[in-house]
Amino acid sequence: MNHLIRWGILALVVGSLAACAQPVRDAEDPAEREAREAAEAETEAEREARERREREARGLGEDRRLDAAALDDPDSLLADRLVYFEFDRDEVKREYEEMLEAHAEYLAANPGARLRLEGHTDERGTREYNLGLGERRAQSVRRVLNLNGAADEQIEVVSYGEEMPVAFEQTEEAWAQNRRVELVYDRRQ
Amino acid sequence: MALQAPMMKKMLRPLTGLLGIALMLGASQAHAVLEVTVTEGVSGAIPVAVAPFEWRGEGEPETRMSGILGDNLHRSGLFEVLREDLPSGATGPGDFIPEPWRAAGAEYVVVGSKRPDGDRVVVDFHVFDVLAEERLGGWRIPVPADMLRRGGHRVSDLVFEAITGDPGAFSARIAFVQVQRDGDEREFRLQVADSDGANPRTLYRSSDPVMSPAWSPDGNELVYVSFENRQSEVFRHDVRSGERVSLARFRGINSAPAWSPDGRYLALSLSRDGSPNIYRLDLQSGDLEQLTRSSAIETEPAWSPDGGTIYFTSDRAGAPQIYRMDADGGDVRRLTFESGYAAGVTVSPDGDSVVYVEGGDGGFRLARLDLGDRRVTRLTDSGNAESPSFAPNGSMILYAISEGTRGVLGSVSRDGRVHQRLEGRDGEVREPAWSPLGE
Repeated sequence: MNHLIRWGILALVVGSLAACAQPVRDAEDPAEREAREAAEAETEAEREARERREREARGLGEDRRLDAAALDDPDSLLADRLVYFEFDRDEVKREYEEMLEAHAEYLAANPGARLRLEGHTDERGTREYNLGLGERRAQSVRRVLNLNGAADEQIEVVSYGEEMPVAFEQTEEAWAQNRRVELVYDRRQ
Repeated sequence: MALQAPMMKKMLRPLTGLLGIALMLGASQAHAVLEVTVTEGVSGAIPVAVAPFEWRGEGEPETRMSGILGDNLHRSGLFEVLREDLPSGATGPGDFIPEPWRAAGAEYVVVGSKRPDGDRVVVDFHVFDVLAEERLGGWRIPVPADMLRRGGHRVSDLVFEAITGDPGAFSARIAFVQVQRDGDEREFRLQVADSDGANPRTLYRSSDPVMSPAWSPDGNELVYVSFENRQSEVFRHDVRSGERVSLARFRGINSAPAWSPDGRYLALSLSRDGSPNIYRLDLQSGDLEQLTRSSAIETEPAWSPDGGTIYFTSDRAGAPQIYRMDADGGDVRRLTFESGYAAGVTVSPDGDSVVYVEGGDGGFRLARLDLGDRRVTRLTDSGNAESPSFAPNGSMILYAISEGTRGVLGSVSRDGRVHQRLEGRDGEVREPAWSPLGE
């Protein structure tokens, strides 16, 4: 949920900038206080919904850098390079679409860039079958990138199966962290 | 020599309770990387007396062949080994008197002697059936003085066969992958050791994953997968010379190598055309032939002993299941229907059954499918079992058990009754592969 947190921070920054632009007032009027208190009482679910609306409202009108510097910007969608999967599944979940669109856009704008998609699985099942599953996951990510403008020759798919876990416990959380495709830029532009 | 009927009955009596025998091999297993524990054995194991082999010369060597023999017979789970308070003096048929051995509770007795002969040790030993009062066999084997452990395994094979009628597999070796983790650093080692874990040798080490070792039919080479070039790649490695050749490095997956019984082909899984399919590589000509054509995951080929059939894993029906096909890719049929996950098949040396990994109830266990009557027997019941490998005599199956950050090896007898654990002294052990018999 990294990017949710990031979007949250972004929203706060934008919000405070907006506040600065307004004339300073000595006292809060009752309507404003009510709004502030309501905002403070906002539940997590409501906050997420609001952030999603804000994100959607921003749409594609936003400026994005499309050169290599964008890859180093921690606030860019391009900083997200992990896609997680459900057990024994290879479909890319909707929540990764926006991030993958940004990567596809970057690849399209930088024809020299080369991306490795490293597919991984959790430890359950046989090692060889998991090698196949890891490749399938990486291929799913590749398809999304291709559909959004990345060229075939820019993307290399490698499966490590269950051989390179990042979490070593035998828990649902650890398994969920290991079921992933990592986006690795071999050449940035 | 066939096993006598009453004895057979005794051996096959169902297990009535867990017979927990913890065996710490300790000093007798010098330099071992694996520690063996028999966790569950057959009730009514056969009592065999193993007398120390008398040394006829100066300066007795430290390696005790009778000790290795006793450990091996015990590890098979079929025998209760008697070593203490035995009648003394007997070394062969000339001085063997059954009565005191019967009184000591032995049904079979192994006695012997050894003497130096230049740079070799000559071992004479004899196996007696105490109840029938007859000798089952006697052998003289010369052993290079620096290979006495190897000699002890050879003696064990002959004794095992004399008593059970089945060839022993103690002389065979095992290959496995050992992983050591130090923070974020990992080292993968391809190891070869004796069947009891002694005399380990590291054939190859890498900071990138190494997986799926499999033996050549002559036991001189291994094939395996290495990620040293940032992708899966199949290598062939001569165990003695250390010579190493890359066999498959196509775009995509290069994996699951399996040597044909005649040594001519390698079956393997390649995704060079989009998704993993089974291919057959002619090792002489280098010709590559595609055997399966599906967009599913097709992997883990395993040859029948006659080389005519290839068993494999495919998820063409949605979930992974075991299939068979002719060695040229024809007559594909599905074999497993019992569970939602079946993969990692291995074939028994007699070709009559296959053992595979079955998923369900949150775990993975080993199951054996009898190819004749299609009966399925569960061999292990809990935990996370994978990578089954048959002993070359078909008596046992070695496999890997994943226990979180620890990986150990387990072994189970063909009938599922005798269980052992082989724990790595050092790091995680996985993917055992039992070598063929003989050199």
